[in-house]
Amino acid sequence: MKNRYIVLIKIIIHLACLIPLAWLGYNGYNDNLGANPIEVITRSTGFWTLALLMVTLSVTPLRQITGLQWLIRLRRMIGLYAFFYACLHFTTYIWLDQFFDLESISKDIVKRPFITAGFTGFVLLIPLALTSTKGMVRRLTGKRWQQLHRLIYLSAIAGVVHFFWLVKADISQPLIFGTILALLLGHRATVKLWSMLSSRFSFKNYESSNRAGTEVVKK
Amino acid sequence: MLIKKPSDIKSSEITDKKVYLNRRKFIAAATASGTAIAAGLGVSRWLTASGETQSGAKLEGVIKSPFSTNEPMTPYKDVTNYNNFYEFGTDKYSPASMAKSLKTRPWTVAVEGEVKRPKVYDIDQLIKISPLEERIYRLRCVEGWSMVIPWIGFPLNALIKLVEPTSKAKYVEFITLYDPRQMPGQHSSVLKWPYVEGLRLDEAMHPLTILAVGLYGEVLPNQNGAPIRLVVPWKYGFKSIKSIVKIRFVEHQPITAWMRAAPNEYGFYSNVNPEVDHPRWSQARERRIGEFRKRPTLMFNGYGDQVAHLYSGMDLRKYF
Repeated sequence: MKNRYIVLIKIIIHLACLIPLAWLGYNGYNDNLGANPIEVITRSTGFWTLALLMVTLSVTPLRQITGLQWLIRLRRMIGLYAFFYACLHFTTYIWLDQFFDLESISKDIVKRPFITAGFTGFVLLIPLALTSTKGMVRRLTGKRWQQLHRLIYLSAIAGVVHFFWLVKADISQPLIFGTILALLLGHRATVKLWSMLSSRFSFKNYESSNRAGTEVVKK
Repeated sequence: MLIKKPSDIKSSEITDKKVYLNRRKFIAAATASGTAIAAGLGVSRWLTASGETQSGAKLEGVIKSPFSTNEPMTPYKDVTNYNNFYEFGTDKYSPASMAKSLKTRPWTVAVEGEVKRPKVYDIDQLIKISPLEERIYRLRCVEGWSMVIPWIGFPLNALIKLVEPTSKAKYVEFITLYDPRQMPGQHSSVLKWPYVEGLRLDEAMHPLTILAVGLYGEVLPNQNGAPIRLVVPWKYGFKSIKSIVKIRFVEHQPITAWMRAAPNEYGFYSNVNPEVDHPRWSQARERRIGEFRKRPTLMFNGYGDQVAHLYSGMDLRKYF
């Protein structure tokens, strides 16, 4: 894939990832977010955090299935947008919902399992965002960087659990996210298992599946 | 984004009722036709259905009540567009359009069970058993938001006195219409249908407990529980069951829809209580719709003087 196509695709992804924020901004400005705007903002930023986490996690399986190696070059920006919406979601909770009531916030984080899970998911994303720069990737070296960035699995699980635990009765949306996450993580587990079995019985495809199983960011 | 308090809004800034009603009509017509098609209903059916709903008609001869609060009322558009009514979808914004498929005439309410005079009331007959009153009540949802709503209705005890409960009647059970064709949300198994609620007989007899048939001086919009619903202002909103077709007087405590769905989270009493949290979230504060900062939730939603005696000696943590 030529570089200028990648640039074009990146611009499209930037625009697409900003649509939910633009929608909130436009409707918020026009007082068009319904009776409970804070609830709408909280729901929306949370939804897009999870959705973008799922997209981030689907890059590797998609690359393995399609063989389109350049897909990996889009992963970091999508992951950072997931973190961006997580920050908005967290800020909405701290500011608009709780209005910096630190006592109530800390009680919530300790006492309310769904907030504990959401907070955990958010905190786990912070080191990933901080080590997403080229310099940090180089400094940490491939293997350690990779190990650290497996935290995204835990973060996504915590995020989906957070969603399951907060709904009153209708679990359809958390169930959809849960299913997608199970498929994405299941694919990784299968690839890993396959590569382990292959290496044990020294199948010929050892090389290729091992390369697929342990991904290295190529610049 | 600016979130205004009701008191900050000048009357000149409030959308003229005619304008938003026209807008509502347009949106309603557009969405009603959409849902009718989606539900696989014929156009002719939709045309007849729209003629049979009365929501929005003015209610005459309504008297004021000393039980009303003088707090600022939640705007009409919020009261009628932000509804928990799972029979029309679990999203709070969907009942306003989805509930157009509900036919509120003809409608009957069967009053039965442990009563000397069981009777099937026609809705138009039922609303005449007692003078209609305006009751401006606070409504506190279990989710942590609240409204102030000018209901029109009459005390439930007027009906109870007419049917004369027997000595065996200890509880009253209320049942919502079950008809998935009119209530598409009932195709989903999110709750066990029909929706069931219940009160102890003394709670049902309490003068604050009303059967509401209108709000803001008009016939109840479908999404607010037309043609007749319960309003129990000191309990969480889900106790105030909508679109009632049956009222049964029973000896044993009924199992309500939410008790069945999550028995550890929703009890029979469900009195508003800032000291007893929902197992998953705090009930200490609430956001009044239209306000930015949360306010403290009041014991029994501020109706403690009138109702606290009903629960004297009871452990409200156990009987939540």
